[in-house]
Amino acid sequence: MINERQDEVIEEFEMFEDWMDKYEYLISLGKELPLIDESKKTEENIIKGCQSRVWLAADLNDSKIQFTADSDAIITKGIISLMIRVLTDSSPKEIMETELYFIDKVGLKEHLSPTRSNGLVSMVKQIKMYAIAYSLKV
Amino acid sequence: MKKINVNEIRKDFPILSRKVNGKPLVYLDNGATSQKPQVVIDAINNYYTNDNANIHRGVHTLSQAATTAYEVSRKKIQTWINAEHSEEVIFTKGTTDGINLISNAWGRSNLKKGDEVIITEMEHHSNIVPWQMICDEKEAILKVIPINDSGELLMGEYKKMLSSKTKMVALVHVSNALGTINPVQEIIALAHEVGAKVLVDGAQQVAHAAPNMRDLDVDFYVFGLHKMFGPTGIGILYGKKALLYAIPPYQGGGDMIKTVTFEKTTYNELPFKFEAGTPNISAGIATAAAVDYITSLNWDEIHAHEQELLDYATVELKNIKGLKIIGEATNKASVISFVVEGIHAYDIGVIVDKMGIAVRTGHHCTQPLMNRFGIQGTIRASFAFYNSKQEVDLLIVALNRAINMLS
Repeated sequence: MINERQDEVIEEFEMFEDWMDKYEYLISLGKELPLIDESKKTEENIIKGCQSRVWLAADLNDSKIQFTADSDAIITKGIISLMIRVLTDSSPKEIMETELYFIDKVGLKEHLSPTRSNGLVSMVKQIKMYAIAYSLKV
Repeated sequence: MKKINVNEIRKDFPILSRKVNGKPLVYLDNGATSQKPQVVIDAINNYYTNDNANIHRGVHTLSQAATTAYEVSRKKIQTWINAEHSEEVIFTKGTTDGINLISNAWGRSNLKKGDEVIITEMEHHSNIVPWQMICDEKEAILKVIPINDSGELLMGEYKKMLSSKTKMVALVHVSNALGTINPVQEIIALAHEVGAKVLVDGAQQVAHAAPNMRDLDVDFYVFGLHKMFGPTGIGILYGKKALLYAIPPYQGGGDMIKTVTFEKTTYNELPFKFEAGTPNISAGIATAAAVDYITSLNWDEIHAHEQELLDYATVELKNIKGLKIIGEATNKASVISFVVEGIHAYDIGVIVDKMGIAVRTGHHCTQPLMNRFGIQGTIRASFAFYNSKQEVDLLIVALNRAINMLS
């Protein structure tokens, strides 16, 4: 399921002709999505990057994890919304076993480099941590 | 005055003719690191190609050639910063390393409970954390000189803080995040009146002018070569000879000893006492090439050119709706920090990068300063002498486009 959604995103991005189209799309995703409940934007849920902040919350419903997240930077937020679209509503096991290849394929790898310190690398780690934690509950 | 020929100077820096994301590189992140002229690159290459050997040890020809070249660099730095003695010039890994050396070695032997160390609100983390650490250890008190809304130190507050308890004043010469040039000479003189020592972080100064040790009468002065068109991984700690002489070594190892037995070790003379281990020899040797290069330039012309870039960019940036400059000190280096209302600095940095523009975004390792201004971070354009007015124009075009996309 996750991989199907990853391939879907990759296909979408193939339509873009240049970086402008791609980033305009990301920005629109970032603007559109009400990603996280304000009550969940707590100090506990914050992932601090050097450049931008990311909030991430995870809830278990029916043995599946629902992710919600937000960022103060709109491009980061756009990428987050792609990640959530791909990962949310999946079982902990599936999330644990998934390799997130779509970021690389759609040419956004630079945003996930550890040196970018925009909170996205830590977010991916945190997602996996939640999956591990919830896998013990299901 | 004769104007600097930027197009000619740019030819000395090979990287400036490359493209980034298909666009000519507009490098405005000189505050983070400067680009290197071909002569510096050649010096590094030549060392590894022809002279590679360890220094201060071997009797063989290569080791002696490398040692001589390394020590030539020390002398060149001595002349460039107008230090009285060459042994007052200590090679370090960089600015941060120099501050840690003093906070540790000087702090351990000079600070005691209740003593006071004064820093400023605009310090880089590397001139905050080492002092916090030693103050914690020694139960000394860290005091902070506040700034005004323009980003200038409140000198009245500073004067009020000074007392016989003050043992060290550690401050930045030129602020990396605001561009403010601090009145270090006056600050040093005032500190000396109460018997305190002064460490100046010159990291951002050295790309814009040579700091003059004897004029400043500074006790310790630190900087890195990579921000002054030299190699990374090497920096300078200047210290007054009598002070350095009295401070115990910081790190133990080779080069810093005279004799070692298991019972007792005697330490080497200055400057080697503080230079344990094999240093970054290639960078040390290329330091001479960097100093030779910058001293070959006409610095009156460079000052005029950098001022023109600063003034021009300030006016052009202010024309952008919603843009606010952070740091408007009267005395300012060619560094401009700004924020755009409703748009995150990171987003702007990402978009202008796609147009070939390299700027720095974020808190610039000055979180307390960002808190002072109630912001998360800024976008910073920092100019070197090889930047042109056309590049300012390209920055403005890119910014307008980014803002258009993001708002």
